[in-house]
Amino acid sequence: MPTIVTLVDGSLYSRSVCDNAAWIASRTAATVELMHVLGRRHPTGPTNLSGSISLGARSALLEELATHDEQAAKLAQRRGRAILADAQAHLAEVGITATSRLRLGDLLEEVAEREAAADMVVIGKRGEAANFAKLHLGSNLERVARTWPKPLFVAARAFRPVKRFLIAFDGGASSLKALDYVARSPLFADLECCILMAGTDSVKNRAALNKAKVALKSAGVAAETSLVPGQVDTVIAAAVDAQGIDLLVMGAYGHSRIRSLIIGSTTSEMLRSCKVPVVLFR
Amino acid sequence: MSSSFSAYREQWLGNIRGDVLAGLVVALALIPEAIAFSVIAGVDPKVGLYASFSIAVLVAITGGRAGMISAATAATAVLMVTLVKDYGLQYLLAATVLAGLIQIVAGLLKLGVLMRFVSRSVMTGFVNALAILIFLAQLPELVGVPWLTYVMVAAGLAIIYLFPRLTRAIPSPLVCILVLTGVSLALGLDVRTVTDLGELPDTLPVFLIPDIPLTWETLMIILPYSAAVAAVGLLESLMTASIVDELTDTSSDKNRECIGQGIANTATGFIGGMAGCAMIGQSMINVKSGGRGRLSTFSAGVILLFMLVVLGDWVGQIPMAALVAIMIMVSIGTFSWSSIKNLRTHPRSSTVVMLATVAVVVVTHNLALGVLTGVLLSGIFFSWKIAQIFRITSTLSPDGKARSYLIEGQIFFASADAFVAAFDFHEALEHVTLDVSHAHIWDISSVAALDMVVLKFRREGAAVQIVGINEASETIVDRLAIHDKPGALERLMGH
Repeated sequence: MPTIVTLVDGSLYSRSVCDNAAWIASRTAATVELMHVLGRRHPTGPTNLSGSISLGARSALLEELATHDEQAAKLAQRRGRAILADAQAHLAEVGITATSRLRLGDLLEEVAEREAAADMVVIGKRGEAANFAKLHLGSNLERVARTWPKPLFVAARAFRPVKRFLIAFDGGASSLKALDYVARSPLFADLECCILMAGTDSVKNRAALNKAKVALKSAGVAAETSLVPGQVDTVIAAAVDAQGIDLLVMGAYGHSRIRSLIIGSTTSEMLRSCKVPVVLFR
Repeated sequence: MSSSFSAYREQWLGNIRGDVLAGLVVALALIPEAIAFSVIAGVDPKVGLYASFSIAVLVAITGGRAGMISAATAATAVLMVTLVKDYGLQYLLAATVLAGLIQIVAGLLKLGVLMRFVSRSVMTGFVNALAILIFLAQLPELVGVPWLTYVMVAAGLAIIYLFPRLTRAIPSPLVCILVLTGVSLALGLDVRTVTDLGELPDTLPVFLIPDIPLTWETLMIILPYSAAVAAVGLLESLMTASIVDELTDTSSDKNRECIGQGIANTATGFIGGMAGCAMIGQSMINVKSGGRGRLSTFSAGVILLFMLVVLGDWVGQIPMAALVAIMIMVSIGTFSWSSIKNLRTHPRSSTVVMLATVAVVVVTHNLALGVLTGVLLSGIFFSWKIAQIFRITSTLSPDGKARSYLIEGQIFFASADAFVAAFDFHEALEHVTLDVSHAHIWDISSVAALDMVVLKFRREGAAVQIVGINEASETIVDRLAIHDKPGALERLMGH
């Protein structure tokens, strides 16, 4: 039975993340595993700039720091359990029983640890810390998207049932992977499928697009295709708006971090501009 | 790769405000220390100050333990006293470069793992010895000086320890320096000041190659010093790293720290600085002030140099008494006072290890020798304890002709003699069974001892059978034992 790891952090997006996970679970008969990762502690202890060390400084300092951390950790843990319990209760309302996992450490490491067991990760577009900066994506999202090798489901702020989804196709390896997944997974069965390619109306592009359509057809998925010239992100964002798309499927982060630092990342741009959930493939 | 990069970035930018504030506090404390350690080594204050700048900045970038402070230290300074006295500053710089290269090699060979042999007692001995060394280094400033000096040192200590009760927002060592300098200037007191010690830095450091003949003789002169500096530097750095690990509950990369220390020392020698390493006291001050990231070490180094270049003239006016007071504070803070309390409760072997470490350091002024002594002693004590974990019981057959010995526990060089002595060879037996299924045979000594027992029984006319040799023992016995070969006894005795 497939397992989907659902990352919740108590932010505005957690509810939508749970709803999306429930939707995926109900279609694929997957088990849902809720996960909350308590980040590394940051020094927030009382500041002491006296610069003096006296008798037994080391043990006194260790004691002071440990006591402070202990209180903070207890609080964080209680909060983490509450977040998980909330999410669990929310899923139970729609008839999904979820297991929960509270971990300490770095989100990436903890997610990577679930790689063998999990088939998909569900995460919100923004996390707790980035909630107020509406134009920015959560930094955790990009870090996970760049390292998680399996499909990543990125939930939008609010959940709505999916009827129609769009595959952003560019003929590259990761978008072929996305195509293959769509053909096989029960997640996408019986949904209306569109394939959109942003690019010039060339023979090569048309052939690639047609090949994609045929591949899906042989798997029993009928898809509308369109080839629209223009900048990738604007074309796709416009199509998502205009065609009433509920879910976007695409390959992710094809370029190195350095390159996207300079020219910007199409993936980040689309995650930002489309108001629908996105499934990313690497 | 991407994840380790983001971890590295986090170590720089994760705690900017706290790191810069702590870096400021540390820089203020580093100035008197760097001056004091230059005095110990017998060089101009500028040598220690340049070193503190360059080591702090480079270790911040290359080291393996974020938030640890490295600079010119007492531990390395005391090692180079005779080198400076006999050959001069240029040889010290060359020795610093070589020490750095040795440390880089040690890091590449991953010698950091050897730290596991340095026990808790040796570490305690190390910090206590270090504290004593720092204190002893202050004595020249305290013996045979005008009575005014004692008053100023006492006043300085009072300010350092009492001022934090008023406010913890201003570093009390800084207040101590400001007040004592102000008083001595205002009253025109005739006391020794930093200017009396030698040249202070007035420019940024410049690259220079140590002016020494590149010959075999030179290498032979500096190698012993470089080796000692490299060893002590790594020991103190790795020890400090584990202390910071403990305080902040995070982990560090020990081998990377070795390489980082090496790079820092190598480069420091080329800009006219003396060798250094991580500092236990300063690292504690840093953590206490809220410093956790690499930025804290980096800003400590940069602020230090900035203050010197800008405020150099004022630094020269600081009376030595203020520095001595600060160094006494560092010495007291470094000393593990709980170890004195623990003398009564800890096992005597740990106490002996700790005291031996301290004693050797105080006599030789070489922390490496002290640690070596401590490590060897702990090894011997440990073997001694483990050697007691063996037992031999035996049962005689009803007809009195056969005896079966049951051997349990650890048989190795330290227990081999006791092992042989535990058998009764005067008993007339036809058959002897040695059951070693519950024993561990560790080394050649134990194999030889087992051989000896078998041969002795055989000479008394008994047929010997060894049973139940477990896997570990069996391999070593198969490879090493000789009791089943002709001429066995002669060869055994030949050893």
